Amino acid sequence: MSMFWTIWISVITLGTIVGSYLLLRWNLTNFTGHPEGESMGHEFDGIVEINNPLPRWWTILFYITIVWSFFYLALYPGLGAFEGFWGWRSSNQNIQSLEESAQARADAKEQGLIVQYDRELDYAAEKFDPIFEAYAKVPVEELVNNEEAVKVGQRLFMQNCSQCHGSDARGNTGFPNLTDDDWLYGGTGAKIKETLTNGRNAAMPAWIDSMGEQGIKETVAYVLSLSGREVEENHDKLAEAGKARFAVCAACHGMDGKGNQALGAPNLTDNTWLYGGSERAITETLTYGRNGVMPSFKKTLGEDKIHVVATYVYSLSN
Amino acid sequence: MSEISQAQPDYNYKVVRQFTIMTIIWGIVGMGLGVFIAAQLFAPALNFDIPWLTYSRLRPLHTNAVIFAFGGCALFATSYYIVQRTCQVRLFSDKLAQFTFWGWQAVIVAAVLTLPFGYTTSKEYAELEWPIDILIALVWVAYIINFFGTLAIRKVSHIYVANWFLGAFMLTVAVLHIGNSMALPVSFMKSYSIYAGAVDAMMQWWYGHNAVGFFLTAGFLGMMYYFVPKQAGRPVYSYRLSIVHFWALISLYIWAGPHHLHYTALPDWTQSLGMVMSVILFVPSWGGMINGIMTLSGAWHKLRTDPVLRFLIVSLSFYGMSTFEGPMMAIKTVNALSHYTDWTIGHVHSGALGWVAMVSIGSIYHLIPVLFNQRAMYSTKLVNVHFWFATIGVVLYIVAMWMSGVLQGLMWRAVNADGTLTYSFVESLEASKPFYVVRFVGGCFVVAGMLIMAYNTYKTVRAPKGSLAAEPAAA
Repeated sequence: MSMFWTIWISVITLGTIVGSYLLLRWNLTNFTGHPEGESMGHEFDGIVEINNPLPRWWTILFYITIVWSFFYLALYPGLGAFEGFWGWRSSNQNIQSLEESAQARADAKEQGLIVQYDRELDYAAEKFDPIFEAYAKVPVEELVNNEEAVKVGQRLFMQNCSQCHGSDARGNTGFPNLTDDDWLYGGTGAKIKETLTNGRNAAMPAWIDSMGEQGIKETVAYVLSLSGREVEENHDKLAEAGKARFAVCAACHGMDGKGNQALGAPNLTDNTWLYGGSERAITETLTYGRNGVMPSFKKTLGEDKIHVVATYVYSLSN
Repeated sequence: MSEISQAQPDYNYKVVRQFTIMTIIWGIVGMGLGVFIAAQLFAPALNFDIPWLTYSRLRPLHTNAVIFAFGGCALFATSYYIVQRTCQVRLFSDKLAQFTFWGWQAVIVAAVLTLPFGYTTSKEYAELEWPIDILIALVWVAYIINFFGTLAIRKVSHIYVANWFLGAFMLTVAVLHIGNSMALPVSFMKSYSIYAGAVDAMMQWWYGHNAVGFFLTAGFLGMMYYFVPKQAGRPVYSYRLSIVHFWALISLYIWAGPHHLHYTALPDWTQSLGMVMSVILFVPSWGGMINGIMTLSGAWHKLRTDPVLRFLIVSLSFYGMSTFEGPMMAIKTVNALSHYTDWTIGHVHSGALGWVAMVSIGSIYHLIPVLFNQRAMYSTKLVNVHFWFATIGVVLYIVAMWMSGVLQGLMWRAVNADGTLTYSFVESLEASKPFYVVRFVGGCFVVAGMLIMAYNTYKTVRAPKGSLAAEPAAA
């Protein structure tokens, strides 16, 4: 903020407050030319005004708020670019990344500033980090027996994961059900932690260009047959043709269509469907592809909390 | 007083009558809508899966209807009445008066025809789209010309304090409305604000809070300064107090907007200034309450017999309560608990139902017999019944929202021993449900009171001229 604006803001702010004070002082004296307690001598539609003095307690209250306002504006930011003598601010400004945030925190500490947000982070770290550190020392497969830890994991899940996976962790279309022991990337403690830490980017390509509509139709018929189902018309012929086309799909989903957890390629034989298992939904998946994204929680939750969330997720199917 | 002639000037009561009747009608519509959407909050099926009956569409219609239709008509009616009576002169222009009446009704009808169908700027209390905004500006300028024109041709030497407040309210609302509604139209019913980001938020709450400060406070203080001394038959307590609290109120209020944006992306210094000015504002706000209530000194016994005066004095008590509560909620530490909770809703309604509605209702009960050539309302008993309905309704409403709000604030900030949140949002919503039912019941009382008022008014208007005399005093 330029000097001009700081002066501008300070002048109108202090002008308003000092003006209020002068207004009050002026009206504490009887300048009206009429004795106190008597009429002002004008009448409006029968209404008369009395020249009573200002109530004393009210005047004192006014003084108190005015004095307080000067203290507040001296201590806290308020008058433009003047930051206040106490060095308080709500948070560090103009932060673009977590790295910058960490740097700003360190700088503020060095300068002895009171950054409220930093303070709350420090307080939380001091109070809660030891709890998570202790949990993180126990492997997921063992920690799952600690009821309290699972509960803590569940709360973190509610706040960070339930938006997509649902409060009951049963997922939704496009968001995997975490309770059914059917895993895209693996359901061991280590694998779940890997998913949480680094995130996952699924890449089912769109096949419409290379397969064409007929090709998609054939492949859909074959995919349906993998889970023991049929398309309504001409199933055998379409599925037969689709089987030949499935060779390209097998690269990820395997020749038997049972998927590959290393690639996050789903098992197509078990009738568990992330994007819906209807003929129409599978046609859409094949035509346009799917690009599911599981975000990385490494920076937001940190390793120890991820460990506890992973424990909760592990507990759901074990 | 030498400037007052014995014969009354030929006042323009027609426009006052029009606005007075519409105040009651729009009051029932606006408050009825409020009760309906209050019911939706605990029984969501009441939107019947019809888009224009959903809470999101009707809530802005409710706020616009009660503030600008009910409150606006009450202000038009009383200001036109007060300015004529206290200046001892007929309105500056009858034609402009008619233009403001029909123009304002057109604005309200336009709101009813657009908000439920999703036409909105999405700015709170300024939802109406740009063609309607232009009409509002035109009507408002006509209103200002007519009011100040009347002041200019007044037959008394001084300008009465009620007119200071009314004048400040009109001028500032014009600035606020035009400033905040600046937008680029892209089609007939769609525009984009010229402000963006934190600046837009700041403009919006500069407008939003001063809609409270100037529309709902200064305007209604003007109303209070006429009808309280008039109904009590007592002189105004302190002329000097009115000077201090008028100038301090209008110069401090305009700063208070940022307290709606505590702990947001608004710069710290702006938030601090909003908070500091809001806290100082507490004192001049109470100046108005003191001046109103102390006007009653020597006439307290009238409260026992006069339900109209009761409306006016209870409205001042609610005014005092909300203007204490407001500055307190503007303190950052308190705001951290109260913000985004039902406490805010409770605070708004103790101002809107307790102060604005009650002072308007009291004033209108004073006005109607005068406007329709009667000595009294058709039934003073019914006025008294209305008073109790209104009071019970407001108290139920406010207490329910306080409890719900504080409960929400505490639940949202509660953390477990591991630092995770104790409650999910939906759990706090569940906890609020019983209070939503109580609030609905309170709202029903308020609307029932308004229906009694409509009936009483109808009987008063239809009675032969001069046939109604004041009833013997009821205890």
